[in-house]
Amino acid sequence: MRVVSSSPHFHSKNKTSSIMWNVSIALAPASIWGIYVFGLRALLVLVVSIAASCLTEYLLGLIDGKNGLIKSTLSDGSAFLTGLLVGMNMSPLVPLLVAIIASAFAIGIVKWIFGGLGQNWMNPALGGRVFVFFSFTSLMSNYAVPRTLSVVDAVGSATPLGFVKTSIAGGALNLSPTDLMNQAGYPVTHFAQNIASSTGISPYAIDAFFGNIGGCIGEVSAFFLLIGGIYLCAKKIISWHTPLSYIGFFAVLTWLFSGYRSGLGFASGEVLTQIFSGGLFLGAIFMATDMVSSPITKKGQIIFGLGCGFFTFLIRYFGALPEAVSLSIILMNMVVPTIDRYIIPKKFGTVKKVREAK
Amino acid sequence: MPNDVLTFKRGGVHPEDRKYLSSKKAIEILPTPKEVIVSLSQHLGAPAKALKAKGDKVVKGEKIGTASSFISAEVHSPVNGTIKAIKKVTLANSVSCDAYVIEVDQEAPEVDFVKTEWKNKTKEELLATIKDLGVVGMGGATFPAHVKFSIPKGKEAEYLVINGVECEPYLTSDHRTMLERAEGVVEGIMIIARVIGAKKIIVGIEVNKMDAIKHLREVIEASGYQIQVQPLKMKYPQGDEKQLLSATIKKEIPSGKLPLDIGAVVSNVGTCFAVYEACAKNKPLFERIVSVTGECIKEPKNVLAPIGTKIGELIDFCGGFTEEPDKIVSGGPMMGFSFYDLETPIQKGTSGVISIKIENIAPQTACISCGKCVQACPIGLMPTMLYRNINVGAYDMALNKYSLMDCKECGSCAFVCPAHIPLVHTFKFGKKMARRKK
Ligand code: SF4
Ligand code: SF4
Repeated sequence: MRVVSSSPHFHSKNKTSSIMWNVSIALAPASIWGIYVFGLRALLVLVVSIAASCLTEYLLGLIDGKNGLIKSTLSDGSAFLTGLLVGMNMSPLVPLLVAIIASAFAIGIVKWIFGGLGQNWMNPALGGRVFVFFSFTSLMSNYAVPRTLSVVDAVGSATPLGFVKTSIAGGALNLSPTDLMNQAGYPVTHFAQNIASSTGISPYAIDAFFGNIGGCIGEVSAFFLLIGGIYLCAKKIISWHTPLSYIGFFAVLTWLFSGYRSGLGFASGEVLTQIFSGGLFLGAIFMATDMVSSPITKKGQIIFGLGCGFFTFLIRYFGALPEAVSLSIILMNMVVPTIDRYIIPKKFGTVKKVREAK
Repeated sequence: MPNDVLTFKRGGVHPEDRKYLSSKKAIEILPTPKEVIVSLSQHLGAPAKALKAKGDKVVKGEKIGTASSFISAEVHSPVNGTIKAIKKVTLANSVSCDAYVIEVDQEAPEVDFVKTEWKNKTKEELLATIKDLGVVGMGGATFPAHVKFSIPKGKEAEYLVINGVECEPYLTSDHRTMLERAEGVVEGIMIIARVIGAKKIIVGIEVNKMDAIKHLREVIEASGYQIQVQPLKMKYPQGDEKQLLSATIKKEIPSGKLPLDIGAVVSNVGTCFAVYEACAKNKPLFERIVSVTGECIKEPKNVLAPIGTKIGELIDFCGGFTEEPDKIVSGGPMMGFSFYDLETPIQKGTSGVISIKIENIAPQTACISCGKCVQACPIGLMPTMLYRNINVGAYDMALNKYSLMDCKECGSCAFVCPAHIPLVHTFKFGKKMARRKK
């Protein structure tokens, strides 16, 4: 059958589903690390989240199908990706029901209610995480100790961020986070200690970078997330603009101002431990770059990244709430339509406006 | 520097060029068909006025249609024969217009065209010849050449930029023209330069045609003319005037303006050759080189065929189909028109006929705001925003805020869109609606 249709008659290999599956592939190293350090329970959480997300998508697709809309959107891979991200954002100890609720909320409320793929203003996985976090706060902040940290006492099960925040709130002043953690005997791996003694970098930062800390399944290893991010950049699926401006601006603000809260003054903040923990890499590389809920233009993405960095800084050091990364990204998601409205690329052949005489 | 490889700055895409199918095939002459269908709308602008009636005899090169308004062009008979009918035909681009059906008289004696020395002619005489012999832009836009080369008072054409880019995949007719007819092309360039009074002449050619770059340089050197051959990086749509000028002379044509507004005239290499044939050989434009290619053609070729040849005959000449194509396209795959009827005749602007399978099929999904279209647009538009606004009927927004009319339908955005949204189709529709509203 000869087809007559509008040009172009040639198409690149790009397709929505391959973008979605590639992001899932990029998340694989970090998830596998999560499963390795937290055990099979982590795998179960991931599988359940993905299944719940796909099932929700399928069921809602039935309703859409009845109304004459596209029936199966499962094959585009976005539901799988959302499920995976939700799972990675769960503590390995979380009750499975919580993971299911988070997935269903992500797909059903955040995505579907707003019109399905492409219409959601907020990253669905983040929406799911934040929803269950504030509904089941204590269940959600029950973190497991990674198997690489061989300690049994309770200190290790608080994340470094949580630990430092509580200590400072408890009046531990004039100590840098590393000193604080040293004093409390916060556990660290031999591997990190070795590198630390030869380089002078805080061992906690090294453990945080490679993922020997407590936290959510997918957020602990900045290193593996970074590998995934590089893969996505190489595949031209994401660009460096959002992650770099986000992490970079946050790092600068942290270095300049975070010393104040422990009374150490200007430009004394410890940067590395801060950027490698608290899900910043997962957020900056995989959540803030979600195409649907981030700006279209590169310039817009930089503004978006800077905004995320700023709010993460504010919430993490001065806010009463945890979840700095999630909340800042959601906050900036809200501004995206406005960014897209005003950041319009310069049109070809635009010369500087000369006011024409009437 | 002439040896730096340049390109345009903004946007653009890299489709596979697929030129290997026909780029090594020397031009072959099609045996004169039994019947040709010559439309009166061979060019951009108003259709020509018919000069002949049913039953009239015509000879090769005889004028059979004349320009009906300022932007219009003459039409000549490509064959000796008799006019069997004048009927409405539908062209590949879905335009319907009047056309002569000419039955070819195979017995009639060959017509000779008399050589003349163009260098003895004045600017005005040359321009008159170009008009009289029906030369139009051969790159596909078919803008009447004499209109383009008439420089209005107060304007100056400092640059003459020759388009040898052929950035559309598959097409090789310009490539073969540069290889096999370089002398004529170079003379043609000098004729145009004299007509418009250009001071600097640049030929832009993409680096997938290194042999053409080399050959043209040799011919130019032997002729002693001052013409610069500029290699360009491969990037679509470099063959568009705007991108070509941005690549070669580093100037951008403002929205809604012409190349002349930045002191340049752009002409395709095929047009240069047609100008040469008109001014130095008195031969009207009634035949052209067509690349008949694509995966579904048995023996892809570059064919010299009379205007009005039915596309089916060209395909037969190339051995027919190896398998039924999904699409037959007149022009390149990025901007050409797909059509159904193999009786459709070729036109002065038909640079190629390609028969292809549809590749990389994927279901259309919702726009995922990936921004790829925005990065691909060579004009700096936001295709996704145009799409969203047209889709909800907000034509004013699309028009005023997102500059719908600046879209030249190059297809770069639709080419990269992972959601497989028919962006160009939507923009064509949006333009129609916006015009209707005005
Ligand atoms: S078709 Fe129009 S909107 Fe799309 S890339 Fe080309 S000029 Fe831009
Ligand atoms: S390329 Fe397609 S999916 Fe991506 S923003 Fe443009 S229209 Fe949307």
